[in-house]
Amino acid sequence: MNKVISKKEAIAHVHDGSVLMVGGFNTSGDPNELVEALRTKTSVKNITLISTDSGVTDSPLTNMLSEGRFKKVIGTFFGANKEIQKRVNEGTIEYELVPQGTFVERIRSAGAGLGGVITPTGVGTVVAEGKQKINIDGREYLIEKPLRGEVAFIRAEIADESGNLVMIGNAKNTNTVMAMAADFVIAQANQIVKTGEIDPDDVTVPSIYVDAIVLAGEEI
Amino acid sequence: MIEIEKSLKREIIVKRIAKEFEDGFNVNLGVGMPSLVANYLPDNVKIMLHGENGMLGMGEHEINHDGQYNSVDAGGAPVKVVPGGAFFDSCAAFAMARGGHLDCTVLGALEVDQEGNLANWWVPGVRMPGMGGAMDIVVGAKRVIVSMEHTSKGMPKILKRCSLPLTAVKCVDTIVTELGYFKVTPEGLVLKEINPNVTVEEVQSVTEADLIISPNLKAMF
Repeated sequence: MNKVISKKEAIAHVHDGSVLMVGGFNTSGDPNELVEALRTKTSVKNITLISTDSGVTDSPLTNMLSEGRFKKVIGTFFGANKEIQKRVNEGTIEYELVPQGTFVERIRSAGAGLGGVITPTGVGTVVAEGKQKINIDGREYLIEKPLRGEVAFIRAEIADESGNLVMIGNAKNTNTVMAMAADFVIAQANQIVKTGEIDPDDVTVPSIYVDAIVLAGEEI
Repeated sequence: MIEIEKSLKREIIVKRIAKEFEDGFNVNLGVGMPSLVANYLPDNVKIMLHGENGMLGMGEHEINHDGQYNSVDAGGAPVKVVPGGAFFDSCAAFAMARGGHLDCTVLGALEVDQEGNLANWWVPGVRMPGMGGAMDIVVGAKRVIVSMEHTSKGMPKILKRCSLPLTAVKCVDTIVTELGYFKVTPEGLVLKEINPNVTVEEVQSVTEADLIISPNLKAMF
């Protein structure tokens, strides 16, 4: 099966009110061209964004945020993003902050068919408020629920036409787990090769998780 | 009490913390002052720096990088990876942190108290930066060392009880400031080493927490 589609086809999967996952961590591994296409070629709004940091200054994600296109952001760190700081302070955006290790495990649990995560992180802090707690062998843990998206934008270095992905360096970050946890997963790849050209030992994300691939650098 | 210049404070703190590291340690260092500890290690101590964005063996900042941002620190700046380093995803990075695989973490604090509670991520009403990876790292690291100036605008930062939102409860093992080296114990906060240019009374006067003075109190440098 050939999963390569155009950027225009890719962004048509996101609608008003969609829950959108976007991979990346700070400057690394963000599917910037998919986000830029969504920002400039559609008018979708009221999106719930699931992203580690909601982008860095002047990134496509931050520019989309400053256009008021997101209703809610779920993430772990907003400190490098002036735009989201402003909106949080003004109260013009809903937000949920999640410890980063919990954030990725909640996403992984959604993709792995689990009922959530049992973690010691956040016990005794504001993170624990309103959450179920469980004592296991004398230690207290929080029960954190799975986190899922309707669409995920992720980034890879190389994809084959069937959707196997190779990710490099620490650009893997949240891209590997987001690939597991959305109804429709679209990968932006710097290079697309024929199926069979990636050594199975080199696959970071297997094709089963990936619905579509878009080539970076291509005109929208 | 004598005035200590800001740059000297930092030097005293990071030099002392550097003595805590052993050869082969895997360590996560917070941004700012904690990251400077790596500059003061003796030649026979080689450590692997953990980056919560997915690397072990983080090296120096890369000046002439390739523009691809595939090897960056947690602050997003391009870095080299040292021989023997490895890349992995965020799940693995936090499994290492939460799962007790890090020998030590060094990080700053807004407040820390005599029970080892730590507040280092949020001052309500000022801004909402988010906790990032700090909560997971301090919950899981084998040892948490707080590196900070002793006071903020003259006000104590080592308290009986933290007033700011916590990062984690009872997680801090050691606090190092320009005035001393403090260990959190079941009996309370013990002053184990002191800056030789100040007195115990002077340290207590800028510390809200009740200090237990070690019977073997030593000079910290």
